[in-house]
Amino acid sequence: MLELREIDAGYGRAQVLRSLSLSVAPGEILCLLGRNGAGKTTTMKAIMGLLPLMSGTVWLDGQQVNSLPAHDVPRAGIGYVPQGRRLFSGLSVSQNLEIGMMTRGSDRTVREEVLDLFPRLRERLDQPAQTLSGGEQQMLATARALCLRPKALLLDEPTEGLQPSMIEAIRQVIVRMRAAGVAILLVEQRVDAVLSVADRVAFIENGQNGETMSAEALRADHSIVDRYMGV
Amino acid sequence: MELGPYILLASLEGAVTAAVLALTAVGLSLVFGVMRVVNIAHGEFFMLGAVIAWYVANALSGHPAIGFFAALLIAPLLVGALAVAADMTILKRLDYDPERTIVATIGLLYILQQLTLMTYGPEARPVEAPFNTRIALPWVEWGESGLSFYYPWGLSTTSYKLAVIAAAAFVLLGVWAMMARTKLGLVMRATQADRDMALAFGIPVERVYAMVFGIGAGLAALAAVLIVPIQQAHYLMGADPLLLSFIVVIIGGLGSLPGTVVAAILIGLSDGIISVFFSPTLAKILATLLVGLVLVFRPQGLFGARAA
Repeated sequence: MLELREIDAGYGRAQVLRSLSLSVAPGEILCLLGRNGAGKTTTMKAIMGLLPLMSGTVWLDGQQVNSLPAHDVPRAGIGYVPQGRRLFSGLSVSQNLEIGMMTRGSDRTVREEVLDLFPRLRERLDQPAQTLSGGEQQMLATARALCLRPKALLLDEPTEGLQPSMIEAIRQVIVRMRAAGVAILLVEQRVDAVLSVADRVAFIENGQNGETMSAEALRADHSIVDRYMGV
Repeated sequence: MELGPYILLASLEGAVTAAVLALTAVGLSLVFGVMRVVNIAHGEFFMLGAVIAWYVANALSGHPAIGFFAALLIAPLLVGALAVAADMTILKRLDYDPERTIVATIGLLYILQQLTLMTYGPEARPVEAPFNTRIALPWVEWGESGLSFYYPWGLSTTSYKLAVIAAAAFVLLGVWAMMARTKLGLVMRATQADRDMALAFGIPVERVYAMVFGIGAGLAALAAVLIVPIQQAHYLMGADPLLLSFIVVIIGGLGSLPGTVVAAILIGLSDGIISVFFSPTLAKILATLLVGLVLVFRPQGLFGARAA
């Protein structure tokens, strides 16, 4: 269970998140929806400890992670797939995975399992990460996070700019991770893509909690989407 | 003596300069590459290496080789430890901000320099080389009986100078192996590529930074220990290596280790050759001119990757 309790966070003195609370259960996909600049990416950075919290707490399976130094947050079991992929350029595909494997000292078999999820990466193990296609880079960014054997997985716009077949491949992996009991926090711009995988949807507006509802309810009543997302 | 032997002699001198310069510049390049810190105090770490070598060699009696090899071990370790302390007490507190670290390392430069002046004094002191056999070098000429060897007067080097070149090459190979083949190198390269993502994947970036700063300073100190039997230890000796290291790092491409080594060989050799035939000042002028040209026509350096 990943839980945010009334967190305030921001850049320098500019506060972005205001008393934001979220909870994601194991085997659940919670989707964070909101306009550009609403604080979705900031929420993820705050969870990872990359931004200091002004107040509030972050919990993972009963362990308070916001008091840990930033490099110990992933070791607690949080995998991060950042926006724009942010692979370690200059390192090969295999070395990028190696960094993920080192985070929590994962077993060799984890690497094989992850490569089974993304067979295309297996063909490109020695290739420099920055020479992969956009879709392959996204696969690698996801695979790198899965190498941690995460209890919670944060995905920031994982399908941004990808072709439909790649989007489908990523989607299937996300669904498989849910089945494996991972708590998944997903940020996505495209509402239709969200509705097909999410269990619950949490809206965020100006860094504050909006409504949280089941994906089913949202499918039935689309009007609320326009309220939070409409221009 | 004709021109050929002169050029060989100048190249050998240049190769020694190049070897020491490569070690020093790789240290600077490593620090800049991984930490994005421009370390103005790098030359003082070099100077401290030489000064500590003198203290160590002086404290140990017996064959000069004992003192020298002890210095070869102790000086880089001590200077590295000092750099780690400077990183943790100064650079870390500045959050590795690019501009503020420049000012801070300028301050560090003066502190180290003046402390050395106050304790070690203004004298230049030599450290005896562990071995120093003169080796006469042959040259070829076309005689009546075809190709033949002869030993021109003055064409010689010493076993120590050759050993410096070999030692530098060995250490550089070691640095390359560390970066390319070890877990530590992998972690350092990942930190260099993306600091925040390194943190997000459990890499203790602050510890990596401290280690890189220590290794960088240690390499400068090691280079100084190698050169001190040829050049003597003096509290102002850090200026030239600092300038040349920056020249080399800019020409080679900031943060690129192979580029740094190639540029060090280029600058070291041309420095040796131009110094012998013309003047050392001209050599520096030309090197600085080359930096200007590189910055104008190829800002990322010869081997540097263009910023994405």
